This record gives sequence, structure tokens and C-alpha cells, in this order.
Amino acid sequence: MKNLRAVYIIWYRDMLRLWHDKIRLVGAIALPLLFLVVFGIGLTSKMGALGPGVNFTQFMFPGIIGMTVLMSSFMSGVSVVWDREFGFLKEVLVAPINRTSVAVGKTLGAATVAMIQGTIVLLFAPLTGVSLSPGTVLMLLPLMFLLAFSMGAFGVLLATRIKTMEAFQAVMPMLTFPMIFLSGVFFPLEGIPSWMSILTKINPATYGIITIRQIALGTTSGTTFGLNLFGHTMSLWNNVGVLATFGVVMILLAMQSFSRQE
Amino acid sequence: MSDYIIKVENLVKRFGELVAVDHINFQVARGEIFGFLGPNGAGKTTTINILCTLSKPTSGQAIVNGFDVVRQQSQVRQSIGLVFQDSSLDERLSGLQNLRFHALVYSVPASIREQRIEQVLRMMELWDKRNSTVRTYSGGMKRRLELARGLLHYPKVLFLDEPTLGLDPQTRNRLWEYILELRKHEGTTIFLTTHYMDEADNAERIAVMDYGKIVAMDTPQKLKRTVSKDIISVKTDNDDRAAEEIRRRYQIETKRDNNELTFEVASGEKFLPTFIKEFTTKILSVSLRHPSLDDVFLKLTGREIREEETSNTLKTTAHQHSHRFQH
Repeated sequence: MKNLRAVYIIWYRDMLRLWHDKIRLVGAIALPLLFLVVFGIGLTSKMGALGPGVNFTQFMFPGIIGMTVLMSSFMSGVSVVWDREFGFLKEVLVAPINRTSVAVGKTLGAATVAMIQGTIVLLFAPLTGVSLSPGTVLMLLPLMFLLAFSMGAFGVLLATRIKTMEAFQAVMPMLTFPMIFLSGVFFPLEGIPSWMSILTKINPATYGIITIRQIALGTTSGTTFGLNLFGHTMSLWNNVGVLATFGVVMILLAMQSFSRQE
Repeated sequence: MSDYIIKVENLVKRFGELVAVDHINFQVARGEIFGFLGPNGAGKTTTINILCTLSKPTSGQAIVNGFDVVRQQSQVRQSIGLVFQDSSLDERLSGLQNLRFHALVYSVPASIREQRIEQVLRMMELWDKRNSTVRTYSGGMKRRLELARGLLHYPKVLFLDEPTLGLDPQTRNRLWEYILELRKHEGTTIFLTTHYMDEADNAERIAVMDYGKIVAMDTPQKLKRTVSKDIISVKTDNDDRAAEEIRRRYQIETKRDNNELTFEVASGEKFLPTFIKEFTTKILSVSLRHPSLDDVFLKLTGREIREEETSNTLKTTAHQHSHRFQH
């Protein structure tokens, strides 16, 4: 009970901070929308159909939603590094609350902020020509949350290991950009060289991105925009399983790492 | 319950080769103002970090409010309040929100929460600024807000790690008025570290720390007395005669600088009344100077705690030092 309350308090702080910096919402969706508009207008007419009745903008849109959620959540999770830099982490570390609850609260906070931003991007669906039924949206939201939670936990785990701002600035671009570019946000994963294919399959974000796309574009039953792992075509639940496993491992490691730090 | 709220036995903390805290022992009584005095890197912050469970000792034992700092971390944390060297506020939230967060984390009962928050904010004269973002606060206001926060959950011990570092002298004095005030109202035990000599004078008992060891521990008055005697300076209408009379009456040699005589006695306060009454040479003026804690530190360590340590150039090294010690 006490631990649940601690989770809530840490989560609540992230909500308060978001409320104070509402501009963050604009900032976080500006980049995805920029990608959508620029690449969409620039490439759609040249690329033709990428699937049955799916043009490039429509193909990219679910990926952009996944990217928004992934980046926002990962960044928020890693923001523990800023708390350390500005001293607030100490207030949390000397508080009479379980540190594992702090890790969980922080991850949930990151995931919630990411969900808000992802949902805002989702509202742009009609402009891209992707039609989403209420049922589709109801399937998308939990999936987006799973991706957000996993990436948030990954971020928190990383933050407990990174002690200096210099290391933080060196590591972040090296992780975020490959994670986004090699997850199929911008191009189909079929027919790419095998070395790159291996990288995309190692990338946990891939399993979130392609599942969001298959649900949003209604191709879950077929192999279109799917993933082939060891000769096996991954089903929706296969992908969810991989992502969930990654999330569980990350949150457990984050909890352990958080409670150990001095 | 024992009379001591803090008990430390044979405490050691090593960082690799470096022995930051080297077998120290001390006790702090309930309600006492206890101070750690020493230069940067002496091991003061490391000791505080161990006492408030931020860091684990290499060996030895520390008990705070009856709880072991290694095995009963949660109870220790609930018993203490902290004001760190560096700010630990959430600058993006308002003063009030920072305190609410703290109240929730420390389980201050909802029935008294808002009332208590108002009380500590008023005590630190921050009530009017409660809804402003902490980012807009001045350095002194931030420190006061941290003091208010440290007190919020009725801690048994309030740790103040260099509470006035980087503040101007006026703000420092003002802050000390607040600290002494809150001690009077709340009866909280106060444990502070400082390298300001005049600040250490506010403590009832001081442990002087150097290279991880406690080199002396007593009241500021007694510490000063062990070092040197009080210094009396007199001006008379006939210095030769006065010097002769002092030699005859008290068997003390005098020194003459400018146009006054100076000499040392064990206790100036006790000496002066009789001196003035029985001295036959006409006294024009007389003054008494106590040795300062600077003198104490110099005597104990052979070095001075220099004021430059607070200047900007050395503050960087102090900062690096504290970082090295705190992680």
C-alpha cells in the first residue's frame, strides 16, 4: 500500500511538471508532424503504393506514432539524469520510500506523458487518409502504452547507470537514432540487406512499431508489413510477446539498479 | 530511549585508496546543535551521507534515533530532515508543490498537511511566494525553502550540510536567525557541517575534522581555551609602571605594541573585574579578545582554513570533491 502510494507520488510529480511546461507537448509533437509533412509531401507521389491501397504517408503515419511514443518515453525515463544533475534525485533517494517504487513511478510517468503525446499525433490520422475505427483505436492505445512503458523503463535503467552529463550527451543520440531508423518507421523491412535485417530484429522497438502499423492499417492477418523471424512469420501476439518480455526485463533491471545506487 | 540521538562507532568509509572517513567516534545528544568543522574534503559530507543512508559505510556502526543506518534505512530516513550543500529542489515546480511532494513522500497525515506546510512557509517567510516557480527564487529563498522542507515532517534530527555555502554574509546571518528560531520552537537536534569559523560558533559542540579523522571535539569556548589564552590589551597613562605592576601582581610578561600593552590570561572574563578594581596604575582603556576557531584549527592541524576556499576558483575543486565523495 505504502509502495503504491510512492509510485503514485512519483508519477504525480511528472504530471505536475508536464502541466507547468505545457509547451513540451507542442515541442514533442512538432518533430513527428514535420517528418510526416515533409517526407509525406516529398516522397509519397514518387514511391507509389507500398501495400494494398497504402501510400507512403499512410505507411509512415503509424510508424510516426510509434516514434513519438518511443522517443518521448525514453527521454522522460532518462530525465532521471537531469534530476541527478539538478539535485532533486537526492530528495527522492533520502526519502522513506521504496526505491523500486520510485523506478516504477518514474516509468509510469514517462509512459503517461508519451501516451498523451502519441494520442495527439493519432488525432492527425484523418489528414493522412488513414481511417481508424473506434475498435482499432482501442487496440492501438494499449499497444502504444506497452511500447511507452518498455522504453520508459529502458530509459530509467540507463539513467541509473549514466553518472555524468557528458556520457549522457554521448550515449543518447547513439541509441535513439538507430532505434528509430532501424525499426521500420520510414521504410518497409522487406528486402533490406541481411546485416541490416539482423539489426532491425535485435531492435526491440521494431516489434512495437510494426505491430502498431499492422493494427492501424488493418494488415494483422496477413504478412504485409510483418516480420519474419527465423523463417517464422511473427503474428500480432508474437510481437506483443517480444515487446512485453523486453518491458518486463527492463523494469525489473531498472528497479534493481535504482535501489542499488548510492 | 537513550539520551543520544546519534551514536557513531569506529566509522570508516573508503573510496578505493582514499580513506575519506577514518575510524571516527562521536555522540550527539537530543536537542543539541552539533557541528562538524573542517576544510573541504575533510570527510564531513561523507559522514553526513552515511548518517542519512545515502552512502554505506565500509565498516563501523552508526545509529540515528535508535535505528541502524544500514539495516533500518527507512526508519532512519523518516527520522531525519536534510538540507544539502547543493539545492535539491524541483525548480520547475512551485514552492508549495515542492512541499506537498515532500509531505506525501514522508507520509505527513492529510489532516495536518496543509496547516503544517503553511506553518513552515510562514516561519521561513516564504508564504507570499508559495505559488511562484522555484526557478524564480533567489539563492537565499531557495535555501530557506529547503529548510522549510527539511522541517516539514517533524524530523528528530535536521542535517545541514554547509547550509550557507555561497550565500552573502547578510543572508547567512538571516538564515542562522531562522535556524536558531526553529530550534527554539521545534526542539530539533541540529547537525551541521561548515568550514566557516563564525558559523561553527553557533554550535553547542564541535568536532574538528581533518583528513577523515576527528582531531578535537568540545564546546567552541573550551576548544578555544585549549589553544590559547584570552588576550587582554590595556592602555594606561604610564606603560612602564603598568608593565611593572602586572609583572609583580600576576607574574605575567607583557608585550608592548604601539601604545598599548597586551598580555594573556586563562579567562579574561574572570580576570578583568578584579584587575580593574585592584590595579593602581590609571587605566585609559581595556579590551579583551577571545581566540577564534581559526586559531584552534591552526593549532590542531598546522594549517589555516582559508577564506579563499569559498572563492570561485576553489569552489570548483570543492564541487568536484563533493561529487567524488557523494557518488
